[in-house]
Amino acid sequence: MLSEAPPAVLPTEAARWQDYLSLLKPRVMSLVVFTAFTGLVCAGGNLNPLLGAVAILCIAVGAGGSAALNMAYDADIDALMRRTRRRAVPAGRVQAADALALGIALSLFSVGIMAVAINLLAAGLLAFTILFYAVVYTLWLKRRTPQNIVIGGLAGALPPAVGWAAASGHAPLNAWLLVAIIFFWTPPHFWALSLYTSGDYAEAGVPMMPVVKGAASTRRQILAYALLLAPLGLAPAFTGLGGPIYLAVSALGGIGLVALAARLVMSHAGDPAPPVPAGVKQGLYDVRADARPARDLFAFSLLYLFSLFAALLIERSGVLAALGLRP
Amino acid sequence: MSNPNDENAAAAKARRGRNILMAVALLAFVVIIFLITIAKISGNVGHNQFG
Repeated sequence: MLSEAPPAVLPTEAARWQDYLSLLKPRVMSLVVFTAFTGLVCAGGNLNPLLGAVAILCIAVGAGGSAALNMAYDADIDALMRRTRRRAVPAGRVQAADALALGIALSLFSVGIMAVAINLLAAGLLAFTILFYAVVYTLWLKRRTPQNIVIGGLAGALPPAVGWAAASGHAPLNAWLLVAIIFFWTPPHFWALSLYTSGDYAEAGVPMMPVVKGAASTRRQILAYALLLAPLGLAPAFTGLGGPIYLAVSALGGIGLVALAARLVMSHAGDPAPPVPAGVKQGLYDVRADARPARDLFAFSLLYLFSLFAALLIERSGVLAALGLRP
Repeated sequence: MSNPNDENAAAAKARRGRNILMAVALLAFVVIIFLITIAKISGNVGHNQFG
């Protein structure tokens, strides 16, 4: 007779609630909430503040749901990358099927409540955003083309239009201007990151631009997008959306962005380092030579986008009038 | 070698945490639906003319 074995503890049994929360990518969610809230405020309208909060909650939960779907599908490549191998699914703390179920449930709840409580346009745009991220980006583009984050970036760019539609019931040109700004911001932002993490992507077989086209080509493309983004960032100041604060912030930010991108082009960020003498142990990111210009651009691009939307929020939310700075 | 009792205690603690999260989420869902209902009803009452 076999001796009685200790009860097996399945990974899911030991999963903490924080593991499930981490599936929702809270940091990405915070950026989505911020840009969606800006869209909602810029739209004006007379949406009940409580319903406005519900709309933002739906957008946040929808973003979390699509992130969980991404985590469920990408567990195999996440396990190969140093940056992502400690995530709940690749680390074995949460089953991929559980992440999938959570993602589907949250996506359905968020779109359903948006449709019932807010309006069908906002619900439709939210559903499109979730499907675009989960299906077009995660299932289709991510593993097939170096343009993955360019086209897939549309999912991350749409929240201001969802917020705008939630507040007003329509999505005019100014809403799509905000979408375009995030859309053109995404490639330089993520490619700057990938210049010093491309070893990770190469290992996982993800065709990020530096892996497929090389670092020099990626640096040139980053500059091209920065040159497109800087004037585009100014546009809301001329369409009646942004005021003088926005104009100043976008002008200075655009100059900074182009300057850092130009510095990146002239650098060797992402180029392979010279061969390492035998016996010297190296970490994955140590092989990336001269990464500082890429890191600086990555950090500044976050500040740039945050500043643009914060300027719009300040000008459009009535904060200035409340402070007596504008009649 | 790890102690099975410790593993069980850890699993029980994790399960309790997940259960509490689920309870909070369900409660939040009920509250949200209630608040949406109130907001919708008050909006409609404001637009209707009952004489």
